Amino acid sequence: MSNPAKRRSILGWLAAVLAAVLLAGVLPASAHDEHGDHKVIAKGDKCVEDTAYMRRNHMKLLMHQRDETMHKGIRTTKYSLKNCIECHANPKTGSVASSKEDFCMGCHSYAAVKLDCFECHSTKPKAAGDTLHPIVAPSAQPEGKDKQSSLSGKMRWQMQANLASLNGGEGVK
Amino acid sequence: MSKVDNSRRLFIGAGAAATAGLVIAPGVTLLDLAHARPAGEAASSTKRWGLLIDSSKCATGCTDCVTACGKENGFGSTGHPETDAQWIRKVELKEIKSGNSHSLPMMCQHCAEPPCVDVCPTGASFKRADGIVLVDRHICIGCRYCMMACPYKARSFVHEEHEDQNPEVPRGKGCVEGCTLCVHRIDRDQQPACVESCKEGAMLFGDLNDPNSEISKRIATYATTQVRADLGLNTGVRYQGI
Amino acid sequence: MNFEAFRKIENSVFYALLGVFGLIAAAGMGAAYYMESHGHVVTGMTNQIVWGMPHVFAIFLIVAASGVLNLASLGSVFGIKVYKVRGMLSGLLAIAMLAGGLTVLMLDLGRSDRLIVAMTHLNLTSVFALNVFLYTGFFSIVAVYIWTMMDRKMHDYSKYVGFAAFIWRLALTTGTGAIFAFLVARQAYGTALLPPMFIIMSFSFGLAVFLLVQTAMFRWNNRKLDPTIQRRLKNLLAVFVAAVLYFTLVYHMTNLYFAKQTAFEHFILLNGGIYTTLFWVGQILLGSLLPLAILFHPEMGRKCNWVIVASLLVIFGGFAQLYVLLIGGQAYPLSIFPGYEASSSFFDGRINPYNPSLPEFLLGFGGIAIAALITTVAVRVLPFLPDDSVLHGETVGE
Ligand code: HEC
Ligand code: HEC
Ligand code: HEC
Repeated sequence: MSNPAKRRSILGWLAAVLAAVLLAGVLPASAHDEHGDHKVIAKGDKCVEDTAYMRRNHMKLLMHQRDETMHKGIRTTKYSLKNCIECHANPKTGSVASSKEDFCMGCHSYAAVKLDCFECHSTKPKAAGDTLHPIVAPSAQPEGKDKQSSLSGKMRWQMQANLASLNGGEGVK
Repeated sequence: MSKVDNSRRLFIGAGAAATAGLVIAPGVTLLDLAHARPAGEAASSTKRWGLLIDSSKCATGCTDCVTACGKENGFGSTGHPETDAQWIRKVELKEIKSGNSHSLPMMCQHCAEPPCVDVCPTGASFKRADGIVLVDRHICIGCRYCMMACPYKARSFVHEEHEDQNPEVPRGKGCVEGCTLCVHRIDRDQQPACVESCKEGAMLFGDLNDPNSEISKRIATYATTQVRADLGLNTGVRYQGI
Repeated sequence: MNFEAFRKIENSVFYALLGVFGLIAAAGMGAAYYMESHGHVVTGMTNQIVWGMPHVFAIFLIVAASGVLNLASLGSVFGIKVYKVRGMLSGLLAIAMLAGGLTVLMLDLGRSDRLIVAMTHLNLTSVFALNVFLYTGFFSIVAVYIWTMMDRKMHDYSKYVGFAAFIWRLALTTGTGAIFAFLVARQAYGTALLPPMFIIMSFSFGLAVFLLVQTAMFRWNNRKLDPTIQRRLKNLLAVFVAAVLYFTLVYHMTNLYFAKQTAFEHFILLNGGIYTTLFWVGQILLGSLLPLAILFHPEMGRKCNWVIVASLLVIFGGFAQLYVLLIGGQAYPLSIFPGYEASSSFFDGRINPYNPSLPEFLLGFGGIAIAALITTVAVRVLPFLPDDSVLHGETVGE
């Protein structure tokens, strides 16, 4: 790498790759947005990562988390499937995949990507009452399943934000 | 791209791990902060989880542990017992010669040398670093070879669709499953549901690798048995009184 | 070799066969879909009888597939002409039956949709995973083998590839037997006798299938099998049947000798109900003694039709034997607490009942139909039929 010209050409090449990657990142996202004025079913105002990133990479995050939890017993909540469901469950059905209106199923049936996860995984957040896991199951839920309205729900968004800031701003737009 | 993502994810993971360990389950973690493994830390082979079951304290006809397991892990009777999953069962024993009888719970024995792991074609049957034998149901193809290989009849095949699973215990049609030692509870420093439910204190849960743990001390003091010790599987579940 | 002399199946027979086999195969696929979508509750299989009828069919097909290649091996490896001309048909049947057997095995999985997982995640300590290699290797080696036999330019290599195939198929059947031999937990299995026993079973089942198929094809093509060849083949079958009988004897004798196994042996041999009947009547009487009597009978043994009957009986006996080994072996309860009588809600200490269901049978027959379809089509498009005219002028012996 001592040759400056060579180095420059490598840099140029890298820049091109980066640009391509960025474009690739933006294009499907905007293509998707065009497809409808759909409103994302979600609580809070942001996802665990940028929305565009999530759209394309949620499966990678999930698969990685899956293996980490299963084989190593790593139980961080951020990318946990349970966590996705906490935020993305449809207030109407209480579920992420019970109908085509619901978050995961809605997009997946549109994208025609089969999901078998919910043959085993519950599509609903852990029911109130089983309060072993305070973050997962806020004890008081006066307004139905909307956790944002409860105190513990608010604390939870707070915590997400804290996590994000601890991660050097990742996930904060 | 994927490389960049990866390192970023690792970084995030580490950050999340550090915080998550402290915040995630305050009610639980605070109880026993000294022992809790942070959520982001992998299970390690410095521990080996095991059970000691005292059959002399286990009452014939009592099925509290079985009920608790079903409740925790979300299964029960569907009306056809031959195909129902049974992660734990009460076995009544009668010595053929003397008529001497015992009652005890049987479940996955969490062998150190598990035959189910040896025979599994995809590696779905595996032993976690801390000695818990599990089925990774994401790669289980449902061949049932592990069920043929298990000397304890500890595994069940899920014969039909399930709904309303416990969010913490996913289960579904077409895969093999068995006692997980309530791994989801252990990972947050709780005892397995069966142990917690036993009013007689016939079940003791603990770390077989730690010579100072209650379970190790008991095993060092009293005569304990491994079921089918002749097979040399070095089980993590030990029995007393048979 | 005179390729012109190879005959093709008549048109109408071809389409009729295609229709019949196609229908059975379709029914099998339908059954698999039904099992897959409803779960295994709709079958007779349970948490006690873990492997059922589909496995009996699949293992029969896989074992026979390796055995049927014997003819080709005898031809190229041991240089016996009569078998050499049968090499291609034998190779074809081997591929077809293995394909049929594996299809059944795959479609019975709880998660057939994860087939790709089975290919990408291999646990090398598992005999099953090893078998994935052995099966795929078998397909490719036999395919190349057929090519070397069919293509005049490749004839020179035939012997070497044939030798590789010979070794490979021994490994394959060893692997199939080892699936059971490595199961230390159950009394019926866990013995090193099983792999060699499976090999000898494969010889017997494979040859019986070959004789059936060969006769059927010769009939449809209006050809007659040379009586000398017929005599040699049927004698070979008799030897194999006797060998299986011998292994069965040794298997049960050793078990009877081990005190801890006697209760299990009593179950199979004396009071096991269907298993005892299938053993004595199915395997021993109808599947071994009767065919032996027919094959060695001075009159019957020479008649083509009787040889067919004997082959059918051997195949039936094979199914009976596998049923007793597989299902009987699981029906007998695990001995978890030796010296104790055990009972539980999970059927500990009890003989487990098994009622095979229709979908299981359909799936099994579907596998056979797939093998038959492959054979029918292949024989139609390529010259697979043995042509004994090339042997004229030579003595049929070695
Ligand atoms: C056959 C049942 C089954 C299927 C299908 C299944 N899982 Fe799982 N999954 C499990 C089990 C069992 C666990 C372990 C739970 C534990 O130990 O807490 C698990 C754990 C996980 C975890 C870690 C725990 C969590 O909540 O974060 C993730 C992530 C996960 N699965 C993702 C998936 C995804 C994505 C799919 C679909 C592609 C899927 N699973 C399909 C059974 C299944
Ligand atoms: C803190 C609550 C929260 C959690 C936890 C969460 N999400 Fe989100 N997610 C959101 C919000 C809010 C949006 C919409 C953001 C926007 O509109 O830009 C979103 C958007 C998405 C999108 C894009 C949807 C679209 O149609 O554009 C996907 C995909 C997604 N999330 C997947 C996941 C997955 C997978 C997980 C679990 C690993 C998860 N989310 C966890 C809140 C959350
Ligand atoms: C914005 C639309 C969208 C939403 C919302 C969405 N997905 Fe996806 N998902 C996709 C697409 C598109 C793919 C296929 C990507 C590919 O194959 O490259 C996919 C793939 C996956 C995969 C990998 C599937 C496979 O077999 O490879 C998993 C697992 C997954 N999604 C889980 C989820 C879960 C769980 C949710 C709800 C929390 C969800 N997805 C929500 C669009 C979405």
